Amino acid sequence: MTVTRAPAGLSVLDRPNSYIGKTVPRPNLDRLLQGRGQYVSDLELPRMAHVVFLRSPYAHARIGAIDADAAKRMPGVISIVTGRELERVITPWVGVLSHLKGLKSAPQHAIAVDKVCWQGEAVAAIVATSRAAAEDAMEHIAVDYEELGAVTDMRTALDSATPVIHASLGDNLAFERTLNAGDVDHAFSESEVVEADFVFGRHTGVTLEPRAVVADWNAAEARLTIYQGTQAPHMVQNIAALHLGLKEAQVRVVCKDVGGSFGIKVHIYADEMATYALSKLLRRPVKFVADRVESFNTDIHARDHRCRGRIGVKPDGTITAFEIDDLTGIGPYSMYPRTSAIEANQVVNLVGGPYVALNYRARARVVFQNKNVMCQYRAVGHPIACSVTEGLVDLAAAKIGMDPVEIRRRNLIADDAYPCASPSGMKFEQLSHHVSLAKLLQMMDYDALRAEQAALRARNIYRGIGIASFIEVTNPSAAFYGVGGAKISSQDGVAVRLDAQGSVICQTSITEQGQGSESLTAQIVGSVLGVSMDRVRVTLGDTDNTPYGGGTWASRGAGIGGEAALQAAKVLRRNILDVAAAILQSTPAGLDIVNNSIVNAGDGAPRMELNELARIVYFRPDTLPPGIQPELMATRHFVPRQYPFAFTNGVQASWLEVDTETGFVTLLKHWVVEDCGTIINPQLVDEQIRGGVVQGLGAALFEKCIYDERGQLTNANMADYLVPMSGEMPDIEIGHVVSPTQETELGAKGAGEAGTAGAAAAVANAVNDALRPFGATITEIPLTPQVILTALGRI
Amino acid sequence: MKAAAFAYARATSVVNALELLAAHGDKAKVLSGGQSLMPAMNLRLLSPDILVDIGGLAELRGIAVRGDLLAIGALTRHVDLLHSPEVALHAPLLRDAVAQVAHPAIRNRGTIGGSLAHADPASELPACVVALDATIVVRGPLGERRIAATAFFNGIYDTALAPDELLVAVEVPVAGHGSAFFFHEYARRHGDYALVGLAARAVVAGDRFAELRLGFFAVGDRPLLAAAANRLINVSVTPALLAEATTALADELDPQEDQQASPAMRRHLAAVLLRRCVAALLARPELGVTS
Ligand SMILES: Cc1cc2nc3c(=O)[nH]c(=O)nc-3n(C[C@H](O)[C@H](O)[C@H](O)COP(=O)(O)OP(=O)(O)OC[C@H]3O[C@@H](n4cnc5c(N)ncnc54)[C@H](O)[C@@H]3O)c2cc1C
Repeated sequence: MTVTRAPAGLSVLDRPNSYIGKTVPRPNLDRLLQGRGQYVSDLELPRMAHVVFLRSPYAHARIGAIDADAAKRMPGVISIVTGRELERVITPWVGVLSHLKGLKSAPQHAIAVDKVCWQGEAVAAIVATSRAAAEDAMEHIAVDYEELGAVTDMRTALDSATPVIHASLGDNLAFERTLNAGDVDHAFSESEVVEADFVFGRHTGVTLEPRAVVADWNAAEARLTIYQGTQAPHMVQNIAALHLGLKEAQVRVVCKDVGGSFGIKVHIYADEMATYALSKLLRRPVKFVADRVESFNTDIHARDHRCRGRIGVKPDGTITAFEIDDLTGIGPYSMYPRTSAIEANQVVNLVGGPYVALNYRARARVVFQNKNVMCQYRAVGHPIACSVTEGLVDLAAAKIGMDPVEIRRRNLIADDAYPCASPSGMKFEQLSHHVSLAKLLQMMDYDALRAEQAALRARNIYRGIGIASFIEVTNPSAAFYGVGGAKISSQDGVAVRLDAQGSVICQTSITEQGQGSESLTAQIVGSVLGVSMDRVRVTLGDTDNTPYGGGTWASRGAGIGGEAALQAAKVLRRNILDVAAAILQSTPAGLDIVNNSIVNAGDGAPRMELNELARIVYFRPDTLPPGIQPELMATRHFVPRQYPFAFTNGVQASWLEVDTETGFVTLLKHWVVEDCGTIINPQLVDEQIRGGVVQGLGAALFEKCIYDERGQLTNANMADYLVPMSGEMPDIEIGHVVSPTQETELGAKGAGEAGTAGAAAAVANAVNDALRPFGATITEIPLTPQVILTALGRI
Repeated sequence: MKAAAFAYARATSVVNALELLAAHGDKAKVLSGGQSLMPAMNLRLLSPDILVDIGGLAELRGIAVRGDLLAIGALTRHVDLLHSPEVALHAPLLRDAVAQVAHPAIRNRGTIGGSLAHADPASELPACVVALDATIVVRGPLGERRIAATAFFNGIYDTALAPDELLVAVEVPVAGHGSAFFFHEYARRHGDYALVGLAARAVVAGDRFAELRLGFFAVGDRPLLAAAANRLINVSVTPALLAEATTALADELDPQEDQQASPAMRRHLAAVLLRRCVAALLARPELGVTS
C-alpha cells in the first residue's frame, strides 16, 4: 500500500498514540479464528423447530390443490403451512418507493398464494424437529400446478404477444427513467460517434454463510426476537412489526456474526418473513437456514442488463457526449423495501460520471420476468455504468487512434474543478481523477508494460492492458431511501461510556459482516479518548442495545457510523476532562487523556489513571466538589446533510493474457488507486478493495446465473456456478489518494464498492486490447472461452 | 440438502462386502471416498437403502510393482497417487493427472477405485487408464474378472461393473524405455472438471512415435482412445499430416453441449490439445501453433 496524503492540520484525530491510519488487528479476530463466532446458522434454542420450504419447480404456474396429508403424518413433522394459511398472520407487501416515479410492483406474499412467479418461490412451509425430517416430509407433498407461459427474455418482455405477469399492473414494465442533459444530437452531429451493445450476465453474491434466521415469538411477553444475519437490524424490526401487526417495541432483532453479506442480506426475503410468521403462528422458535440450492434460487440476483451505449468524440480526443439505452429484467417483483429500480437508476446516475462532457441522454427500462428477483448487490449499478462508460471511452480512443490513457487525461474532470456536478445532477465535493491516474501509471509502469506487450505480440503472445476510471456512491443521506418513504434510517448513532475501571463500552448502530466495523469504531473511540484499544469494547447488531440507525451497507459504516463514534467520544472526553479538572483542581484545557491516564496538556506528566477517575465518580462521588454531576456516557448521531452522497473515485488497471487458440484468459496483475478520504485502517481498506475487485473479476470472467427459456435456473450449485477462486486471481496492488470530505471531522468516505465498480471494465478493456490485432471487440461479460473463441471466429 | 435416511454397513473384508452387495442388490451402494456419492445423496439424486462402506479394507489400499505391472489398490487415495514414488517412476501420467483432480481436501478422501467406478466422462483418471492400457480388476460372487480399461467404460456413469461386484485394483504396465507422457486439460478454474482434456502415452524413437495412445476426456460419453493417433505412428510428422489427424479426430468425437462449451468448442479444443500434445512429445514447438 502506498499513500499520498495531503498535509492536514492538527485535528482531534492527530493525537499521541492515535490509531487512525494504522493497521491494527481486528478486535474480533481471535473470536472468529478460534471458532467462537456466533453465527445464526449455529444457534440452538429450546423447542426450536426447523422450517424447509417446498419451492416451485416452475417459473410461472397457477397453484391448484396442495395435498399435504401424507407429509403431515411423517415422523417429526410439526406443521405444514400454505400461503393461504400464513396470510392470516402476515400481510403482503409491495416493493415501491415514491421517489422512483412510476415504479410499480404487485403484492408479494411470504408464501405464494394462487400463483408462483419464479422457479424457487415458496409454495408451502414444512416445520419439523429437524431439517432432515422436514426434507423427508417435503417429498410427500403433492401440488397441482398449471404451468403458465414464462416471461424470460427481457428484450421481449414488453411485446404485446408476451404474457403479462401481473394482470393488475397492465404490462411488464416496472419502471422507466429518462434523462436529457445538454444537447446530445448536436454534439453527435459534430463528432465521430461510436456505438456498442453491452451485455451483462445475471449473477449473485455468494456468501459463505447462507441467509439464516431464527425467529422466537414469546407469547408470554408478546414479543418477537429475530436472530438474523442482516445488514440492517432496525429495518428488519420495522418491517417485521409492520406486517405482523406488532409495534416496533414488540420486535427485537439480534445480529451477531454474519458469514458475508455483500448486499445480499440487506433485503427482506419472503422466506424470512414466513419464518417470523411461523414462529408467531406456532408459538415457538423456528429456524430457517437456506441451503446452497435455495441460495442460488432465492438470494437476490443482480446486473442482468443489456445496454446500448453511444459516445461522441472529436479527432483531438474531446469526448462530446454519452448516450445509453439500458434494459434490465428484475424478476417478478420489485424487492422489498429497497426496490429493484435502484440499480437501473444508478446506471443512469453514473454513466459518464468521471468525465467533463456535459451532453448526456439516457433511458433505462426495468421489466418483470419469471426469474428470481434482482436487487442491490455490492456496488449497485456501478459495474454496469463503469463498463459501459469505460468500454465506450476505449472504443472512442481506438476510433481516433489515441492511447487509452491519453483520452482519459484529456477528459477526466480536473482535480481543481470541484465542487461540481455531473450531467445527471450528481454533486461532487472533491475528487482526484488525475492524481489517481498518474499514480496508477507509475505503479504499473505503463510505458514499460506497453513495450513488453509489443515485444510479446511478435511471438504470438497476446497480452492486454485495460484501464477503468470510476466514481463510487458512498455515505448515502436520506436521499437514497428515506425521501421515498422507506423506513430505512440514513443516520447512525453511537453511545460511549466509561465503566468503573476506566474501560470503554461503545454501542453503535452500524453492523459488522466482516468489513471491520467493530475495529474502526474501536480505533476512532480509542484515538479520540486517548484510551488503548484493548480497553474499548464494541457492541453492535441488537435493536434493544444499540442506538437507532441504518446499519452497514452502501459504504456508509465508516463515514457515517465512524463520525457518530468520533462525536460521541469527543463529548465523553470533554466530560471526563471536566471531572478530572475538578478532582485535580486544574482546568479542562490544562489536561489531556493519553494512554488511559489524565495527563498535563503542557508537559504530558501523568496525573491520574482513568480507573482512578472512574472509581471516584462511581463510588466516591461524595468527594467531588459540590455541583458536579459527572456524565460518563455520551451519545451522538450523525447523518450527512450537505451532500446527498459522498462520491469517491479511483482508477483500476488489468494486465492479462489471452490464449487466442483456446479463448482462456489469464489474469496477470491488477492495480487499483482509490480515494476514500481519511483512511482509518489501511489494512481494512485494502481488504475491502481486494475483496471487491475479486467480486468484479468474478463477474468479468466466471459468474453467471444461467436460465433456460422456460425460466429454469440450470446452474444453481457451486460446481456449475463459477465463483472466482484464489487460483485464478492475480496479485492486486493498491494505492491511495486521500481527499477527505469536509462534511465531517473524520473525513472518511466509503471504500466497500470501489473494487467491484471498476474491475470488470478494466478486464474487458484489457481483453479487447489483447485482441486488437484480430479486429475483435467483445462487449459482453462474463468473457468465457466460448465467447472469446466465437468473437475470434475460431468456432 | 440432507440425504434421505439410509442404512450403513462397514464391510470387514472383501468377502463380507460382496455378501452385503449380493444381499441388497442394486439397493446398495459402495462407499469409498464419498466425494461423488455423498454430494449426490445430499442432493437426493441418489437414495440408496444401504451404504456398504469399504473404507476399512486395508487389502484394497496400496501401490506395488509386480514384474512389469504397477498394481494400485482401489482404495488408494488421489493424494497417495500424487506423492507415490512408484507412480512417479512407472506411471507419471497418473501423478500429472491427479494434480488436476479437484482440490486437496477432496484428493485426501477420493479414491482411484471410486473415480473409475463413478465413470464421469469429464474425469481425468478414466482417460489415463485407457491411455495407459491398464487392466481393471473386479471381484464378484463368481470370483475375479480382469477387464481391459478400453472395455470398462460404457457411458455416462456406466461401466462394466455389475451391482454385486467390487472394483478391487488397477494394473498399469510400467513405463518402458522411450516412454513419454503428456497430460493437459482446459478447465475454467483450477480443480474444476475439464471442458476437454487429454492424457497421452507415447514411445518416441528418434523423431517419430513408435507408439501413441491418446486418451481424450469430456469429449463424449466416456473416455475416448483416439484412433487418429495411428496416423502419426512410425511416420515423420509434418504439419499437413498433423492437420489430417486433427480432422480425423473431429470425426471421432461426439461431444456434449453444456453450459461451459458447445460441441464445436469441444472439437476445437480437442484439436488444439492434439497439436500441442504432439508438439510437446516430439519437442517441436512449431507443430503446436495453428497455421
Ligand atoms: C468439489 C469436487 C470437485 C471434484 N473435481 C473432480 C475433478 O476435477 N476430476 C475428477 O475426476 N473428480 C472430481 N471429483 C470427484 C472425486 O474425484 C471423487 O473422489 C471420485 O469421483 C470418486 O471417488 P470416491 O472414492 O470419492 O468415490 P465415492 O464417492 O465413494 O463413490 C463414487 C461411486 O463409485 C462407486 N464405488 C466406489 N468405490 C467402488 C468400488 N471399489 N467398487 C465399486 N464401486 C465403487 C460408489 O458406489 C459410487 O457410485 C470432485 C469432487 C468434488 C466434491
